Formats: sequence, C-alpha cells, structure tokens
Amino acid sequence: MSTHADTPADKAGGSPIDLDDPSLTRFDIVREGARLDDIEIVHYEPQFPVAGTKAERRVTRFVSFLFLLTGAAATAFLAIYIWWPWEYKLAAGPDKLYTPLLGLTLGVALLGIGFGILTWAKKLLPKEISIQARHDTSTPESRKIVGNTMLYMADELGVKRRPLLGASVLAGLLPVGAVAAAPLVGGLINNPHKNNQMMTTGFQPVDGKPVRLVREDGTPVRPDDISTGGQITVFPGIPHGVSNKHADSPTLLIHLRESDAEKARANNERNEHNRGYMWGNYIAYSKICTHAGCPASLYEQQTNLLLCPCHQSQFLITDNAKPVFGPASRRLPQLPIELDAEGFFVAKSDYTEAVGPDFWERP
Amino acid sequence: MKRRKVDVRAVPAKAANAVDDRFQVSTPLRRLLNKVFPDHWSFLLGEIALFSFIVLLLTGVFLTFFFEPALTEVIYNGSYAPLRGTHMTAAYASTLEISFDVRGGLIMRQMHHWAALLFMASIVVHMLRVFFTGAFRKPREVNWVIGSLLFWVGFLAGFTGYSLPDDGLSGTGLRIASAIMLSIPVIGSWVTSSIFGGEFPGDIIISRMFIAHVLLVPGLLVALISAHLGLVFKQKHTQWPGPGRTNDNVVGERMFPRYALKQGGFFMLVFGVIALMGGLMQINPVWLFGPYEAWVVSAASQPDWYVMFLDGSTRLMPAWEIVIPIGDGYVIPPLFWPTVVLPGILVGLSLAYPWLEARQTKDYRSHNLLQRPRDTPVRTALGAMAVTFFMVLTLTGANDVIAEKFFISLNAMTWAGRIGILLAPPLAYYLTYRICLGLQQHDREVLAHGVETGIIRRLPDGRFEEVHQPLSSGHGELEYTGWVVPKKMNRLGALGPAIKGFFYPIEKPVEAPVSPGHPPVEERPERSEISSDNR
Repeated sequence: MSTHADTPADKAGGSPIDLDDPSLTRFDIVREGARLDDIEIVHYEPQFPVAGTKAERRVTRFVSFLFLLTGAAATAFLAIYIWWPWEYKLAAGPDKLYTPLLGLTLGVALLGIGFGILTWAKKLLPKEISIQARHDTSTPESRKIVGNTMLYMADELGVKRRPLLGASVLAGLLPVGAVAAAPLVGGLINNPHKNNQMMTTGFQPVDGKPVRLVREDGTPVRPDDISTGGQITVFPGIPHGVSNKHADSPTLLIHLRESDAEKARANNERNEHNRGYMWGNYIAYSKICTHAGCPASLYEQQTNLLLCPCHQSQFLITDNAKPVFGPASRRLPQLPIELDAEGFFVAKSDYTEAVGPDFWERP
Repeated sequence: MKRRKVDVRAVPAKAANAVDDRFQVSTPLRRLLNKVFPDHWSFLLGEIALFSFIVLLLTGVFLTFFFEPALTEVIYNGSYAPLRGTHMTAAYASTLEISFDVRGGLIMRQMHHWAALLFMASIVVHMLRVFFTGAFRKPREVNWVIGSLLFWVGFLAGFTGYSLPDDGLSGTGLRIASAIMLSIPVIGSWVTSSIFGGEFPGDIIISRMFIAHVLLVPGLLVALISAHLGLVFKQKHTQWPGPGRTNDNVVGERMFPRYALKQGGFFMLVFGVIALMGGLMQINPVWLFGPYEAWVVSAASQPDWYVMFLDGSTRLMPAWEIVIPIGDGYVIPPLFWPTVVLPGILVGLSLAYPWLEARQTKDYRSHNLLQRPRDTPVRTALGAMAVTFFMVLTLTGANDVIAEKFFISLNAMTWAGRIGILLAPPLAYYLTYRICLGLQQHDREVLAHGVETGIIRRLPDGRFEEVHQPLSSGHGELEYTGWVVPKKMNRLGALGPAIKGFFYPIEKPVEAPVSPGHPPVEERPERSEISSDNR
C-alpha cells in the first residue's frame, strides 16, 4: 500500500487493522495513518463536546463577524479605490486621505481574515497533542553501501588506471570554465585611469583657456557677489558643468574675513601644494569630502570649520582644509583661482590633487 | 445503448484514485498532513520574515510595471507641482509617477518599503531566538549558515532597492557605497569603475542595480529560503524541553488542520499589518528629498535601519590612514576598516559560531531540545555583547540627530561612541553572565525549598520566616529539567489562576482551592460598598 518502505510500520507490512471494517470510525483511520508515520495522538479533545452551547454559538458568531467585516472592508477598499478623488492637488484636500484610507480598509480586511482563521483554528478545532518520533534514517550500513557504490562507480570510470584521461579532461575543461567567466569580466571591466579621469575635474582648462566658476544657474561669479564671511557653491562653466556628469567638480567658494584670510594665506604658503591658490580673501575648496564623497557643505562661519553631514568629518578652512575631527584623513583639495579680464572668477588650473574619496593608488 | 448511471457521490473518490494511480501521491501526502510541529510563540519569528518576503514579491512585481530604471535626464512634468520643470533622471521621475500619478501606486511603494524593513527586522529577531536557545547546534549548523547568508543577501536586496529611486538621500548612499568600494586596497578603483561603468555616477548603475534587485538577488533569496525551509522540514523543528519531550521526538500538533490554519491566519495578520503601515505611516517621501545632485546633502541623512550600524562604525573610525611608501606611495584609507573589514569579520564570526562553540564545549552530539538562555551563561553573555556592539553602532549611525535633539556636542557624541564601543560590550557580557547565574541559582533554590508564598510566620522564639511551598511531596531535592520552574503559587494551582484579560478581567477570579497541605487562604470578609449615594 505504500511506495516508500522506510518507516518500521511500513516494513512490518502495513496496517494491523482492517480498513474495511465497518465498525471503524473515520478518526480510527486517521489515527492509524498517524501511527504509520510514527505519530501517537496522545491527546485529542474537542473544544465543545456538546453541540450548540451558548459558548460555541458565541465563538461561531465572532468568526462569522470577522469574515463579514473583511467583506465590508474589502468592498470599502474597492469603492474608495474607484471613486475617491485621488489625483494630487497642492493644497490640503481629500486626495491626501486616499492612501491612508486604502491602507486602513486593506489592513482591516486582511486582519479580519487573519483573526477569523486564527479564532476558527484555536477556538473551534479540537486541541491535540501528538508525538512523532525522530528517526535517524541513515544507518552505518546504508552509509557503507552508498559509499561503496560511489567508489565502485569511480573505479569503473577508470581514471586511476588510465591517468591520461583524467589529466586531459582537467586540461580540457579548465579553459571552458575560464570561457564562462571571460565575457562577464571582459564586458564589465573598465579602466579607472582612462583619460586620467580620477585626477581631473570639470575645471581642467579647455584648449588652454581657464574655466569660469559659475553658479547653479550657470551665471559667472564676481568677487562682489559674495559678502564677507559668505560662501557659495560653484561649478565649472562648461557644458553639463552643473550636473552629476561632473559629480567631482562642485566647489565651495568662500569669502574669508580679513584676519582669517591672512591666516589662510600664511598656511597656504607653508604648503607647497596650495601656494598662491587664493585670490584676495577668496578661497575655493572641493566640496566633495575626501572621506566618502558626500558634499562637505555645512560651513560654520564662526569657527571656520566645514562639516560633512554624512560622517561628521570637520575641515579647518583657514589651514588648507585639513581634517581636524572625524574619520577623514586627507585635506580637501584647493582650487587655484584668479579673475579673468572681465572680472569673473576662473580656475587658474584644474585641481592639483585627486578630488573625492581616497583610493589605493592615489599618488 | 445502455445508459450508465453516474454516482455523483463516488466522483471525488474515483478522481482521487485516478490521480494516485498515476502520481502515487497518497503516502507522501499522508506524511505531509501528519507531520508534527512543536508550538511556541518564538518559533513564529522566522515566519514573519517569510511572509514579509511574499508581500515583497507581490508589491515588487507591481512596482516594476511603472518604474523606469534609467539615468536619462528628463524634465519633470507630473502632478507634483513643486518639482515641475526640474531636471531629474528617468528613475526619479518614474518614482514620482508611481507616488502621484499611478492609482494606488503610493501605497504599493510604501508597503514594499515597510515589508523590506520588517523582513530584515524579523530575520534579526529570528536569528537572536535561534542563537540564544542554541537551535543552531548540530545537526542544524548548515541552516544557521544559510540563515546568516540570508541576512546579508537581504541586506544587498535592501540596499539595491533603496538606491533605485535616485533621490537625494539614496544618491548620497550610493556615493558612499562607491567610496567604500574605492577604499579596497589594490583593486578598489578597478572594482568601482567596472561596477559604475566609469567614474561615479556614470549612466548605467541604476539599470545594473535594477536587474540585481528584481532578478539576481531575489533569485538567490528564493533559493536560500527554499533550502532553509527544506532543511527545517527534513531535520524537523527543535522543541523546548518539557513533559514527554525528548531529544528523539517532536511533541506538538499535526500540520493539518490546526497548525496549517494557524500559519495561514498568521500570514494574513502580517500582510494586514504591512497594509496598515503602508497606508497610514509615511516612509521614504522621495519627493521631499529632491533628485540626487552631487553637491546637495542635508544633516540627518540616515540610511535604512539595518545599514545604520555600518554608518555608525564609519563615524567612529579614527582618521587612521596607512601609507605604504613604495614608488609614488599607496594608501589604505580609514574608510576601508569599518565598512569592508568589519562586516567581513562579522560574517566570518557568525558563520563559524556553531563550530567554534562545539569546539569550545567539546559537544559534538546532535541536539533537538532547546536550551534556556540562562542555562548557557557564556553563550547568552556573548550574544548580549554582540547586541550591545550592534546597538552602540546603530545609535552612532544617528548621532547627529541625537546631538541635535538633546543639545549634545556632536564631537562628544562621537567620543562617547568610540569609548562606548570598547567598554559597553564587555560590561554587557559581565552583567548578562551574572544575571544568568542568578536566575539559575534561583531556579535551584525553588526546586530545593519550594515556592515563596508571601506568608510570614512568627516562630516561638520571636523570629520571622517566610513559609515556602515545596514542589514535591517528598523531602528530596527536585532535579532541574531545563524548563520553567513554577515560582508563583497560582502556577501550582494553590492559588486561583492569574486573571485573564488585557485591559479588564474577562472572567471572574476562581476561588482558590483550600487543602490541608497548603497554607490556608482566608475567605475575603464581606465589605459594604462605598459610594456616593450610599447613605
């Protein structure tokens, strides 16, 4: 009667009871099935042995109520979905309630089903305790048999007797494995150093002409445009300069106060990298944090600190933007600036250090 | 022609026989219907993850019908007026379209996001249950490994999905992810450039993450989840010790009908709660963040909760840069340690833990009975240490928000985190260890001397002592069986059972049984009711 024969009962040759015996109840057969699976139903207790008691009717009513509630909520969901004014308007209006109402009705409908099923199962179905035996079906004998079978098959292949076969299969298949990997690696691989892209930004002079510093709307910047102690974000004045295509180019142009500017100039002089990069009291630093590449854009005017909101690295702008707190280990690169003939800010040259997060081969 | 009479009542049986003749399913089906599952609330935590995953698949498929995974620049012209005329990517514009111009799109998006958070949260809580009860021990080590991998694959699924809308917040997250890849020694710049198809952000990353998010990662998740469930099924669930429960049996309910029905009901509850959250609780309002622009960021930029611990570890890392002075010099940036090495160590430790513990305790037997956390103080204390480590990092991931809301210096928060990450875990270890020993001792005390009754007796010499109710009729000490020891009189049936009901009693308290062996419980004296009109 069974196709598998690995439980003891099956091996023993099926049921000891006669399944066609008319005096058997259906539960007797269920119990017999459980026995075949090494399960003993030790406790089986109907929750309402007497039919139609007040308590049973109460539970039945409650379950029915839950399913009817689900029906009502689901209908309400559909009605709201179809007829509620859902299109977005700027002012306050009924459209703002669309999503909450959908969530409420859908949630109530689903919770109704959930609690309905749970109450049904927990309050109406008989309580039971069954015990099933765990079996270690793997015996040492079966392990030995399977192990020997596998070894036998390996022997039949005869790689041991004919070593050339093994060597040639290995030598032949290894390149096939490489073939599988090649298109993936070859297609995806991309040289990070082509066009020296990690070392250049949008401020690289175009045909020897220095690039202007422009605002977000693309207009060039004069010194008068920034009040003392103020700062603006500037971009390279080239096509797509103000876009993510030049994600490493955004720069902070800061108008320092006189005393701070003197300090910054003196510190610039000490640093061979930044010598003469300021113009007057104006100084320009890369806005891209050298730690993880967020814009280091919180400028504390009083302390002259630039703070990156992502990981709180702080850079002292009066001293070559050296990191003074947080996880950043490298100065923000400084952009050498001057004025062109028309009195607009330009970049004397591109950044002379790598902009953005640090990497292994940065010189 | 002879008319054949069709016996309608015999049709199902005949059809079933016909099916079984061909596919021979009756015996496997009987095994399935009969399979016994042990029951305990803590066994349902993993189920929440499974059910959230199903909701994720359902809502996710809906979202793919409308989302356009492209970085092509478009000018927004949809319903959300404040952003009309803004340059943005097609990915961001289509996310706005789902939120404002697709009927019911917003609730789907929000349900998808909430389900993802719930998925990760329930995985973590389920893992804690498995860890603290020792369910990972032989023979279930491999399933522990699969479960740990599920966390990290889920992490990947979450991150790739979070980055798809290309809004201001997720773009910043992606920028940080690129910096993390860039920080890997030797191959960092090549890996980053290959994944992004050039310099950050390039113009291909969203479509690559899209196919990872909708096909590769979910495929891996489905495979791992199937293996996980298959192993639970094959190896049978663990159970708590208790009357009649041994290492060689499973005591519980058969799968059908009660257990399966309860599972189905529970799925509907999880689904319903996600629907309520998706409708009533706003999440990731990308239209407020604006499109990603490399030069815009705001304070309080936090990732989803399960990424916050890595954000925290990054914030705490001191600026230790390693320079290798060969040629032009090579650099290992400080970002490398908290974001690549730390997760690597965490993965390695968690995967190896079952074998490490078995080696330490020299316990190589198979275990199907769970352990109470108090009975394995070292493991419990190690777990508390890990949780504390995670909590310090997660809180640090939001330290700018904490600093702002509680008027604390940001730098002080960072230093508190740096010191806390070193001191708090060992402290948690010590405290947990002592608490476990204390609980163990109290269990043994109750077994030896009985339950405290709260009755104080005065002895003839004037001393006072508390009356204890012994648990056994004999005078011998009872043996601890690894299960709950009753510590209150009502658990023994010597007092009325605890009153049921959440907000108010749903049944009258039962009169306490009085027997000669138990301390007498006096009947309450009649009291006249005191009320305002009682004169």
